[in-house]
Amino acid sequence: MSISLPPATENNSNSLQPTGWLRFISFSLDHKVIGLQYLVCGFIFYLIGGVLAGAIRIELLSPISDFLARDVYNQVLTLHGTIMIFLWIVPVVNGAFGNYLIPFYVGARDMAFPRLNAVAFWMIPPAGLMLITSYFINGAAQSGWTAYPPLSITTPAAGQIVWIVSVLLLGGSSIFGGINFIATILKLRRPGLKLMQLPMYCWAMLGTSILVVLSTPVLAGTLILLSFDIVAHTGFFNPALGGNVIVYQHLFWFYSHPAVYIMVLPAFGLVSEILPVHCRKPLFGYITMVYSIMAIVVLGLVVWAHHMFTSGTPPWMRLFFTIATSFIAVPTGIKFFNWVATLWGGRITLNSAILFSCGFIVNFVLGGITGVALAQVPFDIHVHDTYFVVAHFHYIVYGGSVFVIFSSIYHWYPKFTGKMLDEKLGIIHFVLTFIGFNLCFAPQHWLGLNGMPRRVAEYDPQFTLINQISSVGALLMAISTLPFLWNILYSFIKGEKAGNNPWQALTPEWLTTSPPPVENWSGEAPLVTKPYGYGEKNSDEGSSPITQA
Amino acid sequence: MTTIPSTKEKSEELTSSEHQHSDHRLFGLITFLVADGMTFAGFFAAYLTYKAVNPLLPDAIYELELPLPTLNTILLLVSSATFHKAGKALEAANSKQCQKWLLITAGLGIAFLISQMVEYFTLPFGLTDNLYASTFYALTGFHGLHVTLGSIMILIVWWQARSPGGRITHVNKFPLEAAEIYWHFVDGIWVILFIILYLL
Repeated sequence: MSISLPPATENNSNSLQPTGWLRFISFSLDHKVIGLQYLVCGFIFYLIGGVLAGAIRIELLSPISDFLARDVYNQVLTLHGTIMIFLWIVPVVNGAFGNYLIPFYVGARDMAFPRLNAVAFWMIPPAGLMLITSYFINGAAQSGWTAYPPLSITTPAAGQIVWIVSVLLLGGSSIFGGINFIATILKLRRPGLKLMQLPMYCWAMLGTSILVVLSTPVLAGTLILLSFDIVAHTGFFNPALGGNVIVYQHLFWFYSHPAVYIMVLPAFGLVSEILPVHCRKPLFGYITMVYSIMAIVVLGLVVWAHHMFTSGTPPWMRLFFTIATSFIAVPTGIKFFNWVATLWGGRITLNSAILFSCGFIVNFVLGGITGVALAQVPFDIHVHDTYFVVAHFHYIVYGGSVFVIFSSIYHWYPKFTGKMLDEKLGIIHFVLTFIGFNLCFAPQHWLGLNGMPRRVAEYDPQFTLINQISSVGALLMAISTLPFLWNILYSFIKGEKAGNNPWQALTPEWLTTSPPPVENWSGEAPLVTKPYGYGEKNSDEGSSPITQA
Repeated sequence: MTTIPSTKEKSEELTSSEHQHSDHRLFGLITFLVADGMTFAGFFAAYLTYKAVNPLLPDAIYELELPLPTLNTILLLVSSATFHKAGKALEAANSKQCQKWLLITAGLGIAFLISQMVEYFTLPFGLTDNLYASTFYALTGFHGLHVTLGSIMILIVWWQARSPGGRITHVNKFPLEAAEIYWHFVDGIWVILFIILYLL
């Protein structure tokens, strides 16, 4: 069915909106503005979360709790986890790049629901501010980002309730975003563009959004019940009142395992966009990539209980979830080999974007291997809730998603701003991050295998040296942010002009000016049926396609 | 070459659709209802798990009577039918009929809420008495919130369909259609809830 919108809604609202930099702090409906709002907002929270991580690593320099009091340490680690997951990685890999790129990729002038899109973004800053200010007022939540009861019921209630409200807001934002992405990808495609011709990031976002829509509401419901337990003293998750803590864990992980894929599937998509451009080869195995994304979506929904092998899970459950989890290695492995095959024999330009993408591939395969190991019940019971798990998921979310975010910033910054980033600084940033990251988290595998528990401010003195090495790695990571920040700010002012398509890329966002105009293209949207047609005989690679559009 | 040169028909097709794109709001609404349904699914899963593994404590009181919720089920099912009638009347551009059926639907929704309140006040247990009592109030309360929102929506739709030049006409049916889909969804959830909570 088709409707005639109130005449020129889009034009009217756009002309009423501020122009220039002011639009970045306004309720803008332009998907590109919203994308950059997500990105900058997320990065600010990343810096805050990074400071908290620094506080954790300083505390862990010595085996006693000297830098932070124990309850402060608990607050710091809770805030660190919550901020990094819900305010940095999820909004940035989904909201930032999704909003900026998806309308280009489907050949649309904006997202399907621009107002909903702006609402979804503007739910994030208040939620984040609330979370952070709770630390200064009544003390933040202390029960970790998992908020397991009975811990979350017995720790001070004020901080925990603020945490719940904040996560509910962020979850709502995420659901609105997911609905928008599904509608945009499925319904707003330019006439003539088939699903199987879409760039891989669209598929990744479609899969991610399906996970968001199916699993985030369950978390929301669970947190509402948890807030009843805290405020009204009901007993849903309180064994003392006849409740059941395991039910919370099941419901929580029904969201929070897919949340891992919500953080990492878009990263898979972004890498699949970046690699072909910089090695001048088509993406290897497009169709298998699509099917493996969808396989990860389906499997991702039925593996949650592998987080609960020490929670008294019955044997059949252990068996099922071990097998299902191990199966995820198959589609993920397919993607890994496809990326390697894409690189293989390519004309690789070793710039910061591809370095970070390759860093991602290396880190992610390490994190993936420990993931398969953790799926095995006997091993998992040994290392459950130790630093081995901490190392594992940082390899996935930092070594995976955050490396890809940096790679994407290096890749798309010319499109965002029209300026090139400095390559030398970019490579310094990469080297520092890669060494710092591995120095920080690789030793934690050893710590975990030897029994150092996570989330505790104090530890056995035998672990001191390795913890100090890990903290040195964290320091390097902190330092690595400086050349990056300088690069971003300096290049914005003084960087060399990028032109419309500095990478000679074929995906549609490069077929317009940098930065793009308000409705993306001055004329009609280009029909890009071969987004990865590099190195083909008839492709006029090297000449700028924009001139013919 | 990946950009296809603009053929005449293509560019015409696009310019004509520049300020008129197909309506995806119903698609968005249905996606949202899937998400909303998953919230209920989580609650149902929790309740069924409790039933399977958490026995009622010996001194706890948890008894439900059937007559009132059965009446509620009938109220909601009838209201789904009357809403459907309202939609049909709007399609036939019969605004008067449409308004009548909308009012009846809203009335049935409000009757449901009143009847639910009566049930709440006559039940022998309170919110925090025991696990099953808490789950009962959480589930029916969350559903009741949906009915409340739905009734308000219907009244707004009725208000806007009232004046002859109002926003909701047989040309602009979307608000009514959206409220109708939402209402059917809420009724469907009630049927599942009724079976799980009262009959099982």
